[in-house]
Amino acid sequence: MKKNLYWILIVALFTAYAASTLRTRTDKGPYHVQSFAGLPVVLNGRIQPLDSVARNSLLIIRGSARVPLEGNSVDGRWGSFEELGDEGQKIFFERKWYQFSRHPKKLSPPEWLLEVMSRPDDADQRYIFLINHPELKTELGLEAQGLDRSGLTYFRYADISPRRQRLMQDANVVSQKKAEQRTPFEKEVHKVAQAMILYERLKNSIQTEHSRSFAERLARFPETVKALRSSFQESGSTEAMDEQGVQYVTEMYREFEFLSAMAYPFVIPPPAGSHDRDAWRTMGASLTNSLQSAQLHPATLAYARMLTAYQEEKAADFNQAVSGHRTWMMENGFESELKKGSSELFFNNYAPFRTSIVIYIVAFLMAGFFLFSDAPGALHGARWLIGLALLVHTSGLIFRMVLEGRPPVTNLYSSAIFIGWGTVVLGVIIERFWKNGIGSLVASLIGVITLIIAHNLSLDGDTMEMLQAVLDTNFWLATHVVVITLGYSAMFLAGLLGVLYLVLGVLTPKLNGLVGSGKTTLGKAIAKNVYGIICFATLFSFVGTVLGGIWADQSWGRFWGWDPKENGALMIVLWCAIILHARWGGLIREKGLMVLAIAGNIITAFSWFGVNMLGIGLHSYGFMDEAFKWLMIFNVSQVLLMCLAIVPDRFWRSGTAPVPTTTSTRPDRPLPGKSKGSPKPQPA
Amino acid sequence: MAAQLLKFISSLRLTVVCLACALVLVFLGTMAQEPLGLYIVQKNYFQSTFVDWFSLKAGIQKALHLLKVDVIPISADEVLRAPWIPVFPGGYLIGWVLLINLLAAHYVRFKFTWQKAGIFMTHVGLILLLLGQFFTEQLQEESNLRLEEGEERNYSEDQRDAELVFIDPSNPDFDRVVAIPNAVLAKGREITHEALPFGIRVERYAQNSRLKNYNPESQDGAPAATRGIGARASLSEIAPATAMNELDVPSAVISFTGANAPEGTWLMSVNLDSPQEILAGGKTWKAEYRFTRHYTPYSIGLIDFRHDLYLGTEKPRNFSSQIRLTNAETGEDREVLIRMNEPLRYAGATYFQASFDEKNPNVTILQVVRNPAWLTPYVAVIIVGAGLLVQFLMHLFKFASRRKA
Repeated sequence: MKKNLYWILIVALFTAYAASTLRTRTDKGPYHVQSFAGLPVVLNGRIQPLDSVARNSLLIIRGSARVPLEGNSVDGRWGSFEELGDEGQKIFFERKWYQFSRHPKKLSPPEWLLEVMSRPDDADQRYIFLINHPELKTELGLEAQGLDRSGLTYFRYADISPRRQRLMQDANVVSQKKAEQRTPFEKEVHKVAQAMILYERLKNSIQTEHSRSFAERLARFPETVKALRSSFQESGSTEAMDEQGVQYVTEMYREFEFLSAMAYPFVIPPPAGSHDRDAWRTMGASLTNSLQSAQLHPATLAYARMLTAYQEEKAADFNQAVSGHRTWMMENGFESELKKGSSELFFNNYAPFRTSIVIYIVAFLMAGFFLFSDAPGALHGARWLIGLALLVHTSGLIFRMVLEGRPPVTNLYSSAIFIGWGTVVLGVIIERFWKNGIGSLVASLIGVITLIIAHNLSLDGDTMEMLQAVLDTNFWLATHVVVITLGYSAMFLAGLLGVLYLVLGVLTPKLNGLVGSGKTTLGKAIAKNVYGIICFATLFSFVGTVLGGIWADQSWGRFWGWDPKENGALMIVLWCAIILHARWGGLIREKGLMVLAIAGNIITAFSWFGVNMLGIGLHSYGFMDEAFKWLMIFNVSQVLLMCLAIVPDRFWRSGTAPVPTTTSTRPDRPLPGKSKGSPKPQPA
Repeated sequence: MAAQLLKFISSLRLTVVCLACALVLVFLGTMAQEPLGLYIVQKNYFQSTFVDWFSLKAGIQKALHLLKVDVIPISADEVLRAPWIPVFPGGYLIGWVLLINLLAAHYVRFKFTWQKAGIFMTHVGLILLLLGQFFTEQLQEESNLRLEEGEERNYSEDQRDAELVFIDPSNPDFDRVVAIPNAVLAKGREITHEALPFGIRVERYAQNSRLKNYNPESQDGAPAATRGIGARASLSEIAPATAMNELDVPSAVISFTGANAPEGTWLMSVNLDSPQEILAGGKTWKAEYRFTRHYTPYSIGLIDFRHDLYLGTEKPRNFSSQIRLTNAETGEDREVLIRMNEPLRYAGATYFQASFDEKNPNVTILQVVRNPAWLTPYVAVIIVGAGLLVQFLMHLFKFASRRKA
C-alpha cells in the first residue's frame, strides 16, 4: 500500500491542477476587467469577446499572451521595469527559470488592451515588440537595450517609434515581394511593421490616442449638433451658428474620421435584436454616422465611458459603464452574443490544451520510468494521468467545436489538436490490449508533441477563424477531414511504435520480454500492433482521400485534380499499400515493417505540412518557413532512426529472433540461437 | 517460360514495385507543379506512358530547391521544346501494369474464401476507381460559362481550345457558321471549305500571344497585318501559359486565296472583342477567332451574382449565382441557386460556381463539366471502403478473440 502511495499522490495533485483551471477568474483589482473582457465584439468576421481580441493581438505582436512588468536588471536586481528604467537601466531580463521565489507582475490580455486603449502613454512603455534580427535592431537603433527572455528580445513602442517612418518605407518595399522570396530580414521588417500597425489601430479603436475626457465631450455631441442645426434652419445662414459649437463639432468629427480609419474591432452592435454579423460597426463608423442622425448609438457612449473611467482611474464608473452596457445588450436582444463572449472568455482562461501538455509530459516520464524500472506504480500513474489529460484534451476539443459550431478540424491548428487526440485514443486502446506501458508511452509522447505543434501554430493569431466559402460545409468537414486526419493519427502512431521497436531493440533486451500472459514477446506484440494500425491507417486514408475527391467533385467539378494536398493524401494511401503488399509477399519482416512505418512518418508529415509549404494549389494556406525548418529536422531524425535497423544483429541487445519461453522469468539478455529474423518465432 | 512469366506478372513483388513507382511519380509530379504548371504535369506525368527526362528533372529540381540546393530551375517552355527521352514509367503505364498484375494474381493464386472477401471487394472497387478515372480523363469535357447579370446564353466556352469562325448573317432567320478548329490552323496549311467562297492561308500562328496597339508614327515594331484591326496592332508570340489561372491567347495572321477573295493579311485573335467584316463574293462575312463553343438545347441566364466577404476581412464568405434555366424542348423554366459545394446537375452537365470577374462584380463564371463517368468514384469508394472495413474488423475480432482465449 505504501509503495503505491506516490503515484496516487501525483495523480491527485494533477487532478487538482486540472480542476483549478475550471474556476472562474476573479478580478484582482477594483476594476471588473473580466466582465469587460467578456464583452462580445466582431473581428475576423466572427463574434468574439474582447479577451480574444486582446489575446490574439498580443500573440501576433509579442508571440505570447502576457506582458511582464517586472524582471531583472543587468546588475541582477529585481524590480519593475519602470522603476529600474528610471535609474538608467536599459537592458532587462525576464524571470529566469531558477528564480522560483519571484512572481513577476504581468498584465493579462484584457488589462493590456484596456491600457493600450485608454492610457497609451503607459502602454508605449511595455516590452511587447518581438524583434530578433540583429540587422533590424541596428537599423531601428535598438542596440544595448530591451527585454530579454532566453535570447528573444522585446522592445517598447517608444523605442521603435522614432524610426517608424523608415520601417514603414522598408516594409512597403518588402510587401511588393512574394512571401516566399523574402529574406529573413525582410520577413522580420514586414512582421514588425504589421505588429506596429496593429498596435496603433488598437490604440485608436475606441477613442483617439490623445483623447482626454472623451465620454463627457462625446455626450454633448447630439445636443450640440441639434442646436446648430435648428439655429441654421431658423436663420438660414451659417453665420448665426454658435462659433464654439461649430468648432467643437468640427473637432469631434475629425476625431471620428480618424477613428473610422483606424479602429480595429467592430464593437458597436447592430440595431436592436439583429443577429446579422455584417451589421456590426466600428466605433469610428458608428460615430461618423451620428453627425447625420444627431444621435449616438448607446454603445458608443458606453465604451467611451469605460475608457474615460479607466483613464481617470475611476473604478466605480468603469464597472458601472461595463455592467450598463451588458444590461443594454441583454435588453436589446443580444443574449446569444453575450453568451458567446462569456463562453469563449471562459475557454480562453481554461486553456485546456496547455494543461494537457503538462499532464502528458508527466505521464510520459512515468511511463518511461516504468519501462526501465518495472515499478507498477509508475504505470498506474501514467495510465491515470493519460486518462486525465485525455479528458481535458477531449473537453477542449468539444468546447471548441461548440464555440465554432463546426466539426473538430477546420484549420491546421485544429488538425494538430485532433491528430493528437486520435493518436492518444489509439494509444490508450493499445495499452488496454497489452497492458505493458507501450501504449501509454506512445500516447503521452504524441499527445505532447502534437499539442506543442498546435501551440506554435496558434501563435499566428485567431485559431477559430471563419472558413473560406469553399470550406464552409459541415458535412464534408465532418466526414472527409475527420476521416483523413484519423488516418494521419494512425500513421504517426505506427511510425512511433516503429521507432520504439528499433530503439528498444538496439539499446535494451526488452523486445524479448514476454507480454500478454506470456504467449508472445514484446517485439512480436509491437509488430502486430504496427501491422494492425497500418491496416487502420489504410482504411481511413483511403476512404478519407476518396471522400475528398467526392467533395472536390461537388465543389469544383472534378474528382481528382492532382492538387498537392490530394497527392499528399494519395502518397499515404500508396505507402500503406506498399507496406501491406510487401508484408504479404514476404518482402519485409519485422524490422522492415518498422522501417517502412517510420518512413510513413515522413510521408504523413509531408502530406500534413509539406504540401502547404509549396505555396501552390488549392490547399496552400500560406508559406511557413519556421515550420519547414522543423519539418526537415523531423525528417532527418526519422531517417537516422530508420538507420538503427541496419545496425548489425550482434549489436542488438534484443537479438532478432527472440525465443519465447514458458518460464516465468523475463530474459534479460539476448538469447542464443538467433536466426535471420523470420516472421514466425522459432520453436525452442 | 510462360509459367515463369505468369508468376512474374502475378507476383506481389511487381505490385510493390509498381506502387513504389507510383509513389515516386506522385511525389515528383507534385514538385513539378510549380515550375511546369498543373496542365503540363498532368499530361507528362500522370496521363502518359512514360515521363520524359526534362519533365522529371523539373520535379527533382524543385525538390532540391526546397532543400536549399542551388539549382537553376528548368522552365515549362524548355520542357515543351526539349527532346522526348522516356526515363520513368508514367501514370498510364503504372496503372495498366497494376491492373494486369492484379488480374493475373487473381487468376493464379486467388481462391475466393469468405476470409478474403474484404480483400476481393477492395480490389474490385479499386479497378472500378482506376477505370473510372481513365474514362473520365478520356471523356470529360470542361468548359466555362461567363454570364453578366441579365445575360442569357445557350453555349459554354472551352477556354483551352479556340476556333476560327466565318459567319454569314445574310439569312434573317439564322446565321450560317463555318468553324475551323485550332488544330487545323496550327498545321498552317491552306484551308478550303465548300461553304466559303475563299480559301484561307495561315501566314502566322501563335499558340499564346500578346497584342499591343501599334502606332504607325512611332515606328516602333511592325503591324501584325495589313487589313482590318491588325493594321493597328502588333503581335508578339509568348511562351504557352502554364499557371493554373492563366490562359493561352491564340492568334493567327491569315490571308485569303481565290478569285473573289479580299486582299492583304488579317489578324485574328481570341483577344479581339468584336468580329471583323470581310467582303467576299458580294457578301459580308463576319470573321472571328473565339474560344470553342459547346451549344446546348437549353439556355442559362444570370439573375443575381453574390460574392460576400466576412466583415472587416478579405476572406470570401460566399459565392452564389441565382440563375434561370429555360428549356424550350421540355418547357422547363425555373430558377436555380448555384453556390460553392452546391452545383447544378442538368442534362448530363454539371454547373459549378467556379470564379468571378475581379473587374466586374456582376459577372459570374461557372464551370461546366460533362463527365459520363462521374458516378464511378462514388460507387468505388463504397465498395473499397466496405472491403477494407470488413478486412480490418475481421482482423480485429480475430486478434481480440485470440487475446481473450
